[in-house]
Amino acid sequence: MELKTPLYDCHVQCRGKVLPFAGYLLPVQYETGVIAEHMAVRKAAGLFDVSHMGEVTLAGKDALSNVQRLVTNDCGRMYDGQVKYSPMCNETGGVVDDLLVYKLNQEKFLLVINAANRFKDVEWIKGHLSGSVEFKDISDQVAQLALQGPKSEEILLKLTEIKDIPVKYYSFVERGAVGGIPCLISKTGYTGEEGYELYCKPETTKNLWNSLLEAGKEEGLIPCGLGARDTLRLEAAMPLYGHEMDDAISPLETGLGFAVKMDKEDFIGKKGLEARGEPERKRVGLYITGRGIAREKCTVYFEDKTVGMTTSGTHLPYLGRPAVMALLDMEYTKTGTKLDVEVRGRKIAAEVAELPFYKKEFAKQTLR
Amino acid sequence: MKEFLFTKTHEWVQFLNETAARIGLTDYAQKELGDLVFVNLPEVGDEVTVKEEFADVESVKAVSCVYSPVTGTVKAVNEDLLDQPELINSDPYDAWFIEVDHISAKEELLSGEEYEQFIHEEE
Repeated sequence: MELKTPLYDCHVQCRGKVLPFAGYLLPVQYETGVIAEHMAVRKAAGLFDVSHMGEVTLAGKDALSNVQRLVTNDCGRMYDGQVKYSPMCNETGGVVDDLLVYKLNQEKFLLVINAANRFKDVEWIKGHLSGSVEFKDISDQVAQLALQGPKSEEILLKLTEIKDIPVKYYSFVERGAVGGIPCLISKTGYTGEEGYELYCKPETTKNLWNSLLEAGKEEGLIPCGLGARDTLRLEAAMPLYGHEMDDAISPLETGLGFAVKMDKEDFIGKKGLEARGEPERKRVGLYITGRGIAREKCTVYFEDKTVGMTTSGTHLPYLGRPAVMALLDMEYTKTGTKLDVEVRGRKIAAEVAELPFYKKEFAKQTLR
Repeated sequence: MKEFLFTKTHEWVQFLNETAARIGLTDYAQKELGDLVFVNLPEVGDEVTVKEEFADVESVKAVSCVYSPVTGTVKAVNEDLLDQPELINSDPYDAWFIEVDHISAKEELLSGEEYEQFIHEEE
């Protein structure tokens, strides 16, 4: 049986097309459709229910040293109120999950994990704790909304005191309030746009959702489903667990080297990554230049030679053209390399593109 | 206007005469599929066969096959759809896919009323 997020009734009311995802009933799209929702986030703002995401905390004297052992990024010099993205590796250097590390204080960290990996992660983390640390899975006590798009700040300002709105990308205010509702307000997102992720108690989520939609009406804020979440992250070339990485793919192959600190004293997977050596394949973006749309798990060819596999693919709504991400043998990853992607037995022309496909131009001045 | 008939796989057929017809996707189908972004059509002169795939449509999320309700020869294809697949979303009964002639067989087709009933039972 699928679980309902606190917003299930709101989704039905907004005429969301609700389907099971990672054990939850979540809206894939609303009446507006994936393309309109995608464009709203690029040009105005969109509101997503991402309450299915998992949250766990590590607290105690040895919280930091445990975080440091679990994740590949270096969380040693984080300030209170900072967020860091990191893969969490297994012993062989494959990826258990990718997550956000929130530093609440020197002795307390919040990790935000993928819904589909929640129980696996919980077991993994519990099995690797050491010293004085208390671990809690608080996923069921935390709901999350993502307010994303260039108008997000304007909308949030209507309901929030300026001091509660984090200024820097990848920072947060732990005890903020939005329309009087207590929230952790984080300047993060999964869309390639400016935006915020709001963590609150499940029983307050409905109010938060409705207040935001009401406040953002003039700015063009609309509810968005998981369909647009996927096309937005793909257009911004953000990897998704289970696609661009998994238990066997190393974070270096996925292009996450910036979040893998090999000079860090020790972490789970360091030896495995060393043993793997230089990656022989890497994640790239391909524009489909022939006619058609490729999805995940399509074979990629250079002439008649198999050189890799697609990991995600769709029609990119903002750029208006089809594209895929793929893991390819290193020698075929140069921008402009001409390749073919096999779609249902037919080869379609493709070309290696610069990633990200879409990059936000941060021309806008903030209101402050 | 000539009558629209329907299949259980959500295509519509509009007979132009005894042996020629236009084929498209129903309003219900386009709503279920969502925003369409790509269409693959056969070429003029191709043969189509009852209950066999003759085209595919892609939404942002997935690909779906379109089946032919008749056996015959493709006389014309609606090339507008190649550049503007969204026409299928905005006006599904105007956005015909192909025109078939020399029709030699057809599947059992539903009337508008029967199709409504069928969708109702599906849901």
